[in-house]
Amino acid sequence: MVTAATSRIEGLRNGAAVPVVSLVLIACATGLLVGSLRSATFAQLTVQGLALGAVYGILALALVLVYRATRVINFAQGELAMATTYIAYQLIQWGLSYWEAFAATLAIALVLGTVLELTLIRPVLHRSAIAAVIVTVGLFVLIDGIVNWIWGGDFKSMPSPFGTKIYHVGGVSISRLYIGMFVVVIIAALLVWVLFRFTKLGLGMRAAALRPAEAALVGVRVDWMLAVGWGLAALLGAVAGLMAEPSQFFLEPTLMQPILVYAFAAAVLGGLDSPAGALIGGLAIGVSLNLVVQYVPAISSELQEPFAFAVIIGVLLLKPSGLFGHREVRRV
Amino acid sequence: MTALLELEDVEARYGPVHVLHGISLAVDEGTVVTVLGPNGAGKTTTLRAISGTVRRSGSIRFAGGSLNRVGPDGVARLGIAHVPEGRGTFSELTVSENLRLGAYTRRGSIQPELDRVFSYFPWLSERRRQQAGTLSGGEQQMLALARAFVLRPRLLLLDEPSLGLAPVLVAELFRIVGELNEKEGLTVLVVEQNAHLALQAAAAGYVLEAGRVVLSGSTAELQADDAVRRSYLGY
Repeated sequence: MVTAATSRIEGLRNGAAVPVVSLVLIACATGLLVGSLRSATFAQLTVQGLALGAVYGILALALVLVYRATRVINFAQGELAMATTYIAYQLIQWGLSYWEAFAATLAIALVLGTVLELTLIRPVLHRSAIAAVIVTVGLFVLIDGIVNWIWGGDFKSMPSPFGTKIYHVGGVSISRLYIGMFVVVIIAALLVWVLFRFTKLGLGMRAAALRPAEAALVGVRVDWMLAVGWGLAALLGAVAGLMAEPSQFFLEPTLMQPILVYAFAAAVLGGLDSPAGALIGGLAIGVSLNLVVQYVPAISSELQEPFAFAVIIGVLLLKPSGLFGHREVRRV
Repeated sequence: MTALLELEDVEARYGPVHVLHGISLAVDEGTVVTVLGPNGAGKTTTLRAISGTVRRSGSIRFAGGSLNRVGPDGVARLGIAHVPEGRGTFSELTVSENLRLGAYTRRGSIQPELDRVFSYFPWLSERRRQQAGTLSGGEQQMLALARAFVLRPRLLLLDEPSLGLAPVLVAELFRIVGELNEKEGLTVLVVEQNAHLALQAAAAGYVLEAGRVVLSGSTAELQADDAVRRSYLGY
């Protein structure tokens, strides 16, 4: 009874919060549109920010999936994404085309993420979530070491997936790369949404993440679902890595480190348990970083990462549940 | 005829706390059996031992096979639906998603099962897109029951279905369980505080005290027993 009552109250609260958040988002979008129409530089920065933000958003989505399934923040998510990008690089070196390597890498990432959960996370997760978080920190160091050992720390270059064509719309030049990045990420996110919303596997994964004990009672293999959740997160990370690489022009072991910080900011801003929030948070961080660096003289591009940290701290202080997250309700 | 479900000398514990001290009971196919007893007697734990949600020892046999090494998801796959105390509906999911989860272990189209369930709970059909958490307590209990039926279980484990429900709803709930038992031969093991109701609905019963079976028999025998009348029926 208590849970039923609180969840209904919670429903009302969210019901009241959603219009406010939507109004803020519509206001921001209008602001961006007006700014873009008035200034070509502003438009260009906005488009670029949206493309980069989509990459932050998809990595944030990976963090959110892992958090929802196992209540663990995976600090190794970025390094895992970087490692899978190296795998794609290697496959291309061996003669695969870019998109063949892309598809193969996603499959490898899915298996890799699942196996990592089964072998490293599962054994400690039953003891405590904190222990699992520490394991992910260890994993960060481990993956970094392995990649440096296999491929070395020097810059590698990969073929460009979208070519170098630049479109001119009005006075604004838009690189095909940014459109490609954005479209690929949105397609990936849509497929994840379809998986969760319309398939039996997705329903089982949601049930396992929301209420593991009850999910087991209806026959869901909870442990297996959580492992697949990690695999899916690694797959999304691989998309993030592969889309981040062309925007950074080179592949190097530190590729994903700043992006992980932006993804954390995106996930916290969107609400750590909200997949849609992660994507919107990613876009917001991407655009605002670009605009702030350009238009706020005090913040130079060296201060991008501290700016993202400021966002994290600000959100945690002012609205810990983020824009779309659920406030945690405990039984009294 | 051998029983559909047979427990022999089942023990269970939560950490160091011993809750069941050797429970033996049997449920014949197509019957409704009830478990009575005071708070803390181990009624809920008995059901949890069957569905594998608590660590247990002793022998538990279902339809001829042993459940001893089967986890909760495996038990569900064998056709045992457990409606836990406090309902266990997924309040964050919609009514329709809750029902689809009930049929999670079934293959192929579940539309016939849904239609069948909607014939027992017509109002669920209109509210299938509603979030389960926004239903009232009674409606959630009905949804939990409906979700269990979608599985087309061979055995239904019901834990305190009347808890927190208005008497009208409790009667309705037991009427539906009775109907399913008569029409479809559903086997039910029900734990219930309300001994009046439970003994009306059931054919046989067990009385638990402090983790042991202290009395068992047909409902007529139990109703005639002085101790049962004093402790549970109040006359």
